[in-house]
Amino acid sequence: MAGKEPENVGTLVSPGSEVLGPGHSYGSVTDKISSIVLTRGTGNKYKIGFGLAVMLLLLLNFGITVLMAVGVGIWGINIPVGWGFAITNFVWWIGIGHAGTLISAFLLLMRQKWRTSINRFAEAMTLFAVACAGTFPLLHMGRPWLFYWLLPYPDTMGVWPQFRSPLVWDVFAVSTYATVSLLFWYVGLIPDLATLRDRATKNFKKVIYGVFALGWRGSARHWKRYEMAGLLLAGLATPLVVSVHTVVSFDFTIALVPGWHSTIFPPYFVAGAIYSGFAMVIALAVPLRKYYGLEDFLTIRHLDNMGKIMLATGMIVAYSYVMETFMAFYSGNKFDIFMIMNRMTGPYAPVYWTLIAVNLVIPQLLWSPRIRRNALWLFLLSFSVQTGMWLERYMIIVTSLHRDFIPSSWGMFYPTRWDYIIFVGTIGLFFTLFYLFIRFLPMISIFEMRDLVHKTAEEAKP
Amino acid sequence: MIERQSIYGLIAEFQSAEDLLEASTRTSEAGYRNVDAFSPFPIEGLAEAIGFHKTRLPIIVFCGGLFGCCGGFFLQWWPNVIGYPLNIGGKPYDSWPAFIPITFEMTILFAALSATFGMLALNLLPAPYHPVFNVEAFAQASMDKFFLLIESADPKFDLERTRQFLTELNPREVSEVES
Repeated sequence: MAGKEPENVGTLVSPGSEVLGPGHSYGSVTDKISSIVLTRGTGNKYKIGFGLAVMLLLLLNFGITVLMAVGVGIWGINIPVGWGFAITNFVWWIGIGHAGTLISAFLLLMRQKWRTSINRFAEAMTLFAVACAGTFPLLHMGRPWLFYWLLPYPDTMGVWPQFRSPLVWDVFAVSTYATVSLLFWYVGLIPDLATLRDRATKNFKKVIYGVFALGWRGSARHWKRYEMAGLLLAGLATPLVVSVHTVVSFDFTIALVPGWHSTIFPPYFVAGAIYSGFAMVIALAVPLRKYYGLEDFLTIRHLDNMGKIMLATGMIVAYSYVMETFMAFYSGNKFDIFMIMNRMTGPYAPVYWTLIAVNLVIPQLLWSPRIRRNALWLFLLSFSVQTGMWLERYMIIVTSLHRDFIPSSWGMFYPTRWDYIIFVGTIGLFFTLFYLFIRFLPMISIFEMRDLVHKTAEEAKP
Repeated sequence: MIERQSIYGLIAEFQSAEDLLEASTRTSEAGYRNVDAFSPFPIEGLAEAIGFHKTRLPIIVFCGGLFGCCGGFFLQWWPNVIGYPLNIGGKPYDSWPAFIPITFEMTILFAALSATFGMLALNLLPAPYHPVFNVEAFAQASMDKFFLLIESADPKFDLERTRQFLTELNPREVSEVES
């Protein structure tokens, strides 16, 4: 293995392109990415970050323990606002996950080369975000240990789930999404696990990576089927990701509550999901790029493109806000008009106007190429968007519910400390998983980077 | 009775994807059939060059999707129409439009499962052991080296003549693969 350097003179070196720094060969991309896992170990910054994440995770465990012991009454939810933080967080997390699938599947179908260096960690982000999302409906059920009642199985009483309910659709959509994301992610990892198996120096690591690499040997026949499987999975995952957030929006639209019952919700939710998801990808990519020195792989072009997608989806979200308001008045329905006026001027008006500021006004900065190509600016904007998208779901849930049809059933929602603890706790869960991922698995797809080296070198040939 | 071959085949190491592609084409033209090529990333046309043109994977995935679609619909239709019909808001028992989302999700789920496990099954993976792993340099196949294998099971295989043939393809090295 080692000691062959002089013979490598004939090795192909890529002159680089907009999405890959110059001077990379198959060996250098392999070394760079696999060394993060195999030799680099953990620095102090990693340890501090991981420690903080684990502390938040412990906070989540504490919160869930108390929730199990006492019940959902420790949260601020009550009639009329029965959904509160739990469903807000659920929709927020699952939306974040959508960018990962979109990058790995949709951009693959569109043959976008810039997806290569971001798809792996974006997919990991999807998996972990779905794990966080899945926690909330389970906890919100009150008796999570009976979750299997949601599944269709022949029980002794012969009753079945209500298949006409979007809440049951959600069970199928989210569990299918989690399964397909896991499959897609794992299939993508197989050749890289083989690389790690072959490059690991310790026997223990060789065995672990070897087991998960399934004996991959890079045969041409295998690659052919492998690429076909990847293409088919991408083709399946693209409509899936749209369907998942559509079904999530059905949780609202199928109900008759003013502010929920709207046909604009499915596209509005899907666009919002991609919007917040790309914000999360940027929030992860910028520190990773800086800390691990990956500027060659995560170029300014990547940041620029992600900024553009954020801008485009943000505009769809903005259009939806405008249309929602317009339709309330255009419909002439007094409950709808009341709802929208209450959002803008009622007790939750600060939420609405903060949302407009951080989700619509501030992201307009993305029109400027200089800001899109500045890592720090993008990083800050991504937080603005994520706050905005969280507030959006909060606004949709709370302001629509808190003024019921009759004033005698009006109420307010006040989150308790347990609402905050469990929400912040899932952020800990997310980052704990993510820190483990970057430590033990290649965060950039190595074999696809080699392919990129090959293709960029081919294109540069006269 | 066939005698157990002492070697599995001969493997040649190449420096670039283009060299491997050319060598594979020439090997096929020379009449070798039990040939395999190994590369650290998928190379367009390489599978075709060693005589592997079509995979059955799409039809497997289609069948998986069809099963998921029919099964998913039946899963909802049977309880609502036959098993335990309930009158909910006067809706018809067979309110099929309400069954579409789950039918769709089940289609995707089973198609994706078939794509993943179908791919692994057709590739005969997991396969923890394979003779090519006996070649020390083969560890580079998952990094930056390209390999061409002619199996001893090939009817045209002859240790000396095949070695001679491979050497003419201008590889970096030709080595024997122990079985």
